[in-house]
Amino acid sequence: MYTAEAIGLTLNGRALVRDVSLTLEPGTVTVLVGPNGAGKSSLLKLIAGETAPTSGRATLDGTDIRRLSPAVLARRRAVLPQSAEVAFAFRVDEVVRIGLLGSQPGTEARIARLLERVDLPDFAGRSYDSLSGGERQRVQLARALAQVEVMDPDKPRYLLLDEPTASLDLAHQLLVLREARAHAAAGGAVLAVLHDLNLAAMAADRMVVLVAGELVAGGPPAAVMTDATLASAFRIAARVNAVPNGPFLLPQAIVPEGDVLSPR
Amino acid sequence: MTVAAAPGVRVSRRAAGRPAAVVGIAACATLAALAFVGALAIGPVTIAPTHVLAILADAFSAPTDEIGTALRERMVVLDIRLPRAVLGLLTGAGTALAGAVMQGVFRNPLADPGLVGVAPGAALAAVAFIVLGAPALELLPAALQTLGLPLAAFAGSLATTLVIARLAMRDGTMSVATLLFSGLALGALASAGTGLLVFISSEQQSREFIFWTLGSLGGATWPKVALVAPFVGALLIGGPFLARGLDALALGEAEAFHVGVPVERLKRLAILAVAAGVGACVAAAGVIGFVGLVVPHLVRMWLGPGHRVLLPASALLGAAVLLAADICARMLAAPAELPLGVVTALVGAPFFLWLLLRRRLIG
Repeated sequence: MYTAEAIGLTLNGRALVRDVSLTLEPGTVTVLVGPNGAGKSSLLKLIAGETAPTSGRATLDGTDIRRLSPAVLARRRAVLPQSAEVAFAFRVDEVVRIGLLGSQPGTEARIARLLERVDLPDFAGRSYDSLSGGERQRVQLARALAQVEVMDPDKPRYLLLDEPTASLDLAHQLLVLREARAHAAAGGAVLAVLHDLNLAAMAADRMVVLVAGELVAGGPPAAVMTDATLASAFRIAARVNAVPNGPFLLPQAIVPEGDVLSPR
Repeated sequence: MTVAAAPGVRVSRRAAGRPAAVVGIAACATLAALAFVGALAIGPVTIAPTHVLAILADAFSAPTDEIGTALRERMVVLDIRLPRAVLGLLTGAGTALAGAVMQGVFRNPLADPGLVGVAPGAALAAVAFIVLGAPALELLPAALQTLGLPLAAFAGSLATTLVIARLAMRDGTMSVATLLFSGLALGALASAGTGLLVFISSEQQSREFIFWTLGSLGGATWPKVALVAPFVGALLIGGPFLARGLDALALGEAEAFHVGVPVERLKRLAILAVAAGVGACVAAAGVIGFVGLVVPHLVRMWLGPGHRVLLPASALLGAAVLLAADICARMLAAPAELPLGVVTALVGAPFFLWLLLRRRLIG
């Protein structure tokens, strides 16, 4: 079980994350939403073990992740980062290969299969530098999925995604969410930071809302995506609608009263 | 077989016109071997390569006087040219490998120990040890007396690397501009310090200064080789173990951590290895520019940036380039000898400019 226990991060006197407790349940997708600057990425970095918390801790099966070696942690959780810069002119297949944590037999077929999964067939030999932002992001996704493939098979595998849909077109946004769902269906757990509330509601078993570093709401999308929560978290007055498989929000449904489009 | 397993998917090992890794490394090894034999064969007395090989083979088996080579050729090869060639092999491999590793750690192709002041820092420490340490030297045990010079150079290169890293890193990210400018400033400062010390110490001033700032294999002796070998050896043997980590580091420090690389330990080890290698090379042969910059760059263009291939190939090609440069340094103005750094800069600098104009390197 991957758990954040009252985790917090204070930098230069500013609390970026406060007292967040969160458990990633195997078999589920947890989506973290919140306004800009709410501390979503900081929280993800704390949970990934990349940043040391200033209070609380993140644990994996009861052990503080800061006490696990990077190699052990890498066999249990993969991270899709936001930035996608690669120094030097690596090829796409070389970037994906790094996720395989040391090559095994069948590596090339494996890389080809992973690239096909992220809709980049025939990209293996391309230079990473030459790709568009969306293509790079999918290469990075393939790398994270590669890491998932070589993880400890007997334990739940954790996948942390930081804005995985940021520069993707709609078809590829859905592709990423399908991969997240498939990962959960295979017994893994996903924590994803998403900006698009509708995509979040679609993909999530559980939505958690972070505002100013604090969790203000958490639960199934239908329970979290309510007029009241959106009003307090995002400061928009809107009518949430619903279809049989979940809630949705149209920007047009934002109530045109007061000066809702300008900051407070 | 992998291609058949996934029809329609082109699984290409050698896309982008790259030769296979084995071919590339074999080619670099061949060049190094050719340059090594060339360094033994070419000189005021030219000796046929077959003779060179016969003399070498004979020296490593039971020495007899019944080989067909003259004693004089044997002496020239084994006593005069061999230590110089071995030193060239070591310093060339060490300089290029140190460049490749440092560029990997700093995630920038311009982070060359010569360019960013690390090698000049080593030279300054070495000169300081000779000039200022000399009076105290007699008090030291014999082992420290001989090891003192490479250790001082090692300390100098380590200190410079740490200062540069400190200056260029801010909030976990590195500014390339700061790295280069602070490196240039530190390098100039170190060279000025070296000049000052050399001129204070009076004897043979300009020749000494030229040795430290432009490099030479001229003073090669077996004891010198023995002194350099362990330090460069540490880099040569340790370097390849850093390969996977350096590949992952190209994605970013956080990303390298995500895939299981102990980033801080990797950086510390790499910086120590670079400092040891650069320090030893500088202590033995002075500051030789451009090899650590141009050689890894060439290898990246030719064989790709993956460190598993880049590191050994750079070491081999670096040895080849330095030995070839030393042959030129000995022959171009014979019987006088050009400083080695003059040759490497004459070839390396224009070549590097051409590279810069051809493709963007910064940013």
